[in-house]
Amino acid sequence: MKFLCLTCDTVMAFAERQIPGDGTMAAVFACPDCGREMAMLTNPMETQLVSSMGVKVGGREVPAQPMEGVRSSLAGGREDAFVEPKPPQTTAAHLASSDSPSSGTGGGVSPGQGHTPRPGPVEWSPEAVERLGRVPRFVRGMVKRIYSEYARENAIRTITPDVMDTARTDLGLEGM
Amino acid sequence: MRRFRTYNEVDHSTESELLEQVLEQRSKLAHRLEAVGTVVAVASGKGGVGKSAVTANLAATLAQKGHRVGVVDADLNGPSLAQMLGVRNASLVDQEDGVVPPKGAAGIPVISMELLQGAHDTPLRWRDPGADTFIWQSTMETTALREFLSDVAWGELDYLLVDVPPGTDKIARLLELVPGLPVALVVTTPSDMSRSVVARSLRMLAEAEVPVVALVANMTEYHCPGCGELHPLFPGDGAQELARTSQIPIWASVPFDPRLARETDSGRPWVLEEPEGQVAGAFLELARQLAATHIVDPSSQEAP
Repeated sequence: MKFLCLTCDTVMAFAERQIPGDGTMAAVFACPDCGREMAMLTNPMETQLVSSMGVKVGGREVPAQPMEGVRSSLAGGREDAFVEPKPPQTTAAHLASSDSPSSGTGGGVSPGQGHTPRPGPVEWSPEAVERLGRVPRFVRGMVKRIYSEYARENAIRTITPDVMDTARTDLGLEGM
Repeated sequence: MRRFRTYNEVDHSTESELLEQVLEQRSKLAHRLEAVGTVVAVASGKGGVGKSAVTANLAATLAQKGHRVGVVDADLNGPSLAQMLGVRNASLVDQEDGVVPPKGAAGIPVISMELLQGAHDTPLRWRDPGADTFIWQSTMETTALREFLSDVAWGELDYLLVDVPPGTDKIARLLELVPGLPVALVVTTPSDMSRSVVARSLRMLAEAEVPVVALVANMTEYHCPGCGELHPLFPGDGAQELARTSQIPIWASVPFDPRLARETDSGRPWVLEEPEGQVAGAFLELARQLAATHIVDPSSQEAP
């Protein structure tokens, strides 16, 4: 879809995405010439349709994670369905450890994905680690990688709860 | 009245990139399947014909013959293959380039909704983002199947068997994701009801121009453990009639043996338990036909 600013005859650019609640998704578009903004609000049915297709309105900021659709949408997922490649540890130190690929948070690119994550380590604040620990294990590895990718894409060195909030809004991560 | 330009007349790359994202999903799927020799759909169109047991035992037979085999349990609402291959409670390894599936009997990697759901009796339900029900269930199930195929680190395989649930719409879903599907095995029984229902699946596969379609006649005869002889399990022979009218060959006739169901349901494909028996012989013939049609010589390829 394209949104045309009739005043300027210019295609409006995607600016922001939010999931404010009630199954609504808000996608903000702005005219690059006059700055006029508009918000597209989808109803729950439309939000479901987009979600079920595994696509993001406005494009993806970070690559799709393996089995992201199933993990994001399956109700009652088994807690131990996924394990990290290394023997799982439950300490905060492990959760906050470097996001190397072997710890399940790496910045690799899935086949067919066009993203090129920026190199460099991403650290997690203790508060962010604690919050990550509350994420259900069914999606925790995936969520950790998504936040790490987001931090790299935005040149953020340390992931804090504020960064997680911002990423959650920007990426439309309902329930994460 | 104002005249608006059409979508394509507006010269601007779309910011939402929805189409591009869908194409990227398909590209990722195609990339993953490049390492698979032959995708084989095991379908039926009708439930209760023993399709999943056929899938598990065919996979075990192929693995025993040295082929590299993976199994996708596309029956999202009634999954059983993780159980049949003995890995019901196993975990998937969460890697960024794809989740690594557990290896079941005979070292066969398998992905199944069984591995992802909590309690064994949990029905398949999707979280909804605010509405009462997940309206786009079918779309979500297509996404799940796509991810089973594309987001699992299958590695190099000679065969990837896809156990397709009953219903012609489910076959269509697989054909949408794997448009060049090379082989479909259609499981039937000698019953007249099975013949008429399975015929619809054959029609769909023919219209989709799947190159190789063959029948597997399951439960053709009953092997009496008392006298050791074979007796008909159903009146008539619907499978033969179906083969005659559809011009589709029967590659294997599998006799009914209660031990096949009991052992396979317990995570031990029967062909591994009694490799010299009549059931195993039928699956050897099925594997031979498959290998003869889509020649995959594991010895000519590097070991995984």
